[in-house]
This record gives sequence, structure tokens and C-alpha cells, in this order.
Amino acid sequence: MKRRNDIKHYTGFLPLTLLCLFILYTPLIVVMVYSFNESTSITTWGGFSLKWYVDVFTGPESAKFKQAAWNSFVIAIAAATTATIIATLAATAIIRGGRFKLRLPSLGLISLPLMVPEIVTAVALLIFYNFIGFSRGMMTILVAHIVFCIPFAYMPIAARMQGIEDTYEQAALDLYATRFEAFTKILLPLMLPGIISGYLLAFIISLDDFIITNFVKGAGVETLPTAIFGSVKQGIRPNIMAISTMLLAVSMLIVTLSYLISKTDKTK
Amino acid sequence: MAGGVASGGSSSAETYKEARNFLLLPAWAVLVIFVLAPVMMMFVYSFLTKEFRGGVIWEFSFAAYDQFFCDRGLFGDEPCSFEWTYIGIFWRSIWQAGLATFFALLIGFPTAYFIATRPPHLRAIWVFLITIPYWVNLLIRTVSMKFLIRDTGPLNEFLLWVGIIESPLGIAYTNTAVQLGLFYSYLPFMVLPIYAAVERYNFALSEAAADLYASKWTTLRLVLLPAVKPGVIAGCILVFVPSLGSFLAPDLLGGARNFMIGSLIDEQFRGSAGNWPFGAAASMILLSMVLLLLMIFARQQSKAEGRG
Repeated sequence: MKRRNDIKHYTGFLPLTLLCLFILYTPLIVVMVYSFNESTSITTWGGFSLKWYVDVFTGPESAKFKQAAWNSFVIAIAAATTATIIATLAATAIIRGGRFKLRLPSLGLISLPLMVPEIVTAVALLIFYNFIGFSRGMMTILVAHIVFCIPFAYMPIAARMQGIEDTYEQAALDLYATRFEAFTKILLPLMLPGIISGYLLAFIISLDDFIITNFVKGAGVETLPTAIFGSVKQGIRPNIMAISTMLLAVSMLIVTLSYLISKTDKTK
Repeated sequence: MAGGVASGGSSSAETYKEARNFLLLPAWAVLVIFVLAPVMMMFVYSFLTKEFRGGVIWEFSFAAYDQFFCDRGLFGDEPCSFEWTYIGIFWRSIWQAGLATFFALLIGFPTAYFIATRPPHLRAIWVFLITIPYWVNLLIRTVSMKFLIRDTGPLNEFLLWVGIIESPLGIAYTNTAVQLGLFYSYLPFMVLPIYAAVERYNFALSEAAADLYASKWTTLRLVLLPAVKPGVIAGCILVFVPSLGSFLAPDLLGGARNFMIGSLIDEQFRGSAGNWPFGAAASMILLSMVLLLLMIFARQQSKAEGRG
């Protein structure tokens, strides 16, 4: 036993792992800490204060940020819902549809938004909207978000479905359930954890997107990331750090939720 | 055969065989209309004539690609000599993305290996810790990095206070800052595929090497590394590709001289100075590079699986 451990162990890998985590978390922690800074200047520490959080909700820029947050959440909910439905249907066809010619092309198509660089997708969509004469606004952002959310919703849903034996549905069918009943009463409930984590991932991906949104949004329509970007261009102000910290907390909460839900999977 | 396991098990299940075309219809409709068609439209636009207020005139022209590759002098009437400006920007992007990938590998590999050799119940927690930052908004992470490395930011304050440096490092708005930003943005992407590969690795091979008097580092180099190579390549691609087309890191962390492809493309679609056909052409060139890279990667992976 001792010897086995020896073989796997490389001196210096633990410190490098800790360094990796240190690098990943330091910038985030620093911003979190400074969002509670009393001082108006971002360089000096003036003691603990919640005043920048109050500023976010009541300060001079609050109207802009409230509108942007509202837009962001409406788009994220609509995009994640649509993408999850599309991804669930597609996963059912790809994993429960037997072998067929369109199977691999379908998989390729679904992962396409992951392979094309974001800025290229952004340019392509802008040109496309321009060509068909869509005026840019909430709708154009929503459609773009649905597109790149599909692969993120698809992955956990497909992974979950692969883990479920088709014997349950077969049993239902043998007992004279229709295929639709087998789907809604057997497969869907079994897949629920996968669907929820797919939905949550799609939700964060939509909430976080900046590059594509920035291209396809019309003048005057802002989401949280584009509003933050606009403010940061004039310098990092403490209220931006407060907003960032709140958004950071929302993302972490959702990821943790998704992680815990997927963990219940394995205890099955 | 290892690759077949993932899809092989249930691809024979055909409960919804009759409905499969109907079930796939929404995905195909959305992705064909809003990904494939736009990319084709972009290809067409790259051969059109630019309109001065942004947008295009529907007249066929090679002007965009000509501007990219050819220098035709001040009045545009000289024969084509090679234009370095845009190739230079592409080259710098490749270099920056390459360095970020290299450093991510340097720290990502030991991390992935360390995590994969933990007891199984602890691995999930380590992996979770690595993935959390990925799910935090990229814009916020880039802004955080900018805040951290400013001349008057916490990093420099700390180093000055400790006394390691005499004056601020001055890394903000340099190539180094951009590399740091890219490295930081995509580091989790390096760890995850390598972790997956090491977790599948059969440590009996390392034991055999040790029994034959191979030193630990020899074993790492000659036995472990070749076995987990597909994971390493996957990690490198996952860091390199998004770095190559990144916009936020060069825009927020770099200065005017740290232009990358993403900034070049972005500029063509902002305001009246833009040139849509040129932006479309630059995007096409970037997309071709990325797809070529992914194709080479896919061939490598299938070859590796064939051997395994």
C-alpha cells in the first residue's frame, strides 16, 4: 500500500495545486473584499461598509442597473427554458432513437456553438439580423442566447438519460402505456435531475454572456454584463465591485445547486 | 474501444424511434437558421463592398481579403506586396494564446494529476473547486484581474509592502497582462480533460516501470505522459481556441498596442469607422483556423483511440 502511494506521489504537485486554486480565487476574493470598502477611492481601505450595496439600489446609476438586471433575468429565464426543452427533445431522439443516419450530424450541430469562437458567432448573428432586417433589441438577444445555451443544457440531460436503462419504459409499454405516457410518466421524472442541472447551467451561461450580447443588442438595451462593461470603461468604481460580488454570489449559488443535484444522481 | 462506451451502451435503445425526426426538428431548425445560415451569410458578406456608415453594398468584391493580405501603397494603385499589419495581429494573437496555453499546462497538469490521485470521494470536491471560477462571469473575472494588477492595485501594494519590489511592476496594459488574463480565464479548461485522462490511467503501468528501475520522472515522461496525451491535447485546445478569439482580455487588460484578433473584428462593427466585409473576412479566417485545428485534433483523438 505504501509503495503504491509512493508511485503516484510527485513532490511539488500539491503546492502547484494550491497555487492553481490561489490564482483562480485571489482576484475574485479581492474584489469581494473591496466591495465592502468604506472609502470612495478604490485604492485605499477605509473600513467595512455596505454603502456601495446601498448605492447600487439607490444611487445615481441604480435605475440603469435595475433595468439591466431585469433584462438579464428575463432573457436568462426565457432562454434557459427554451433551450432546455429543445435539448431534452433532441437528447430523447439521439439517445432513445436507435441508430440512424442523422444521429452524428445532429450531435455535431448541437455542439457547433461550442466550437465556433464566440466573437465569430456574434459577427455572424449581427450580419444575419442585418440581412433579414430584424431590428435589434430584446428579441435578438433572446434568440442568440437560446442558440448558445442549447449545448450547455444538452450535456447534463444527455448524460443523465444515458445512465437510465430503457427497461423502465419498456415495462410501461408492456403494461399498455402509450409512448407519450412512457415519456412523460417514466422517462421525464427519472431525468429530472439532469434536466434541472441543464436548465441551471443554461441559465448561468445566458446570465453571463457579454460578447454575443454586446453585438446583437440594440442601442439602449442593456443586460447586466453590458451595463457593467459600459461603466468599467470609465474606470472601476466601488459600486461596480458591489454588483460584481452580487452576480458572483448568484453564479456560485446556482453552480453549487446544480452540483448538489447532480450528486443525488450517483447515490441512486 | 474506450470511446465507444459512452455512446454504445444506450444507442441501441429505440423507444422513441418513430418520433425521432419530430423530436430533433426544433434543435435543427434553431441551429440551422441561427448558426449555420448566419455563418454562411458572413461568408457572403466578406465578398461584398463596404458601405461607409457600416453595413454593405451588394456588389461582389475581393476588397476585404485584398486589404487583409495586400499592401497597395498610399493611393491603393500599386501592385500587391505583402501586408503585415493584419497578419501581425493574427500572429500576436497566436503567440499570446500559445503562451497562455503553455503556462496553463505548466500549472494545470500537476493540478489535474494531484486531483486524480486523491481518494475518489475527495476528487469531486477538488474538481468542484476548480470549476466554480469558470462559472463566474468572464467579464467580472477580467475586471477583477485588472483591479488586482493595476499599478496602485492590491498586488503591487502588497509586493511593495513586503519589500520584494521597489516600484510597481507596471504590468497593467502590457502583453504580460493580456497573457495573464487569458491564462486565468481558461485555466479550469486545462485541468478538467487532463484530470479525466489521468483518472482513467492504469497505475499498474507506472508500477511496472518502477519495477524495471525507471525513476519517477522517467516514468512520468515515458509512461504516464504518452498515456494521457489525448487529455493534454484536449486541454491545450480548450485553452488555446477561446484565447485566440478573445476580446475581453486584450480590451480590458491590454493597451492600444496589445490588439488581438477579437479587438480587430470588434472594431469593424463599431460605429462609422467600421468595415463590415473586412470584419466578416477576418472572422472567416479565424473560423477556418479554429476548424482546421479541431479537425487535426479529432483525427489525433480517433487515432489514439484506435491504438488504445
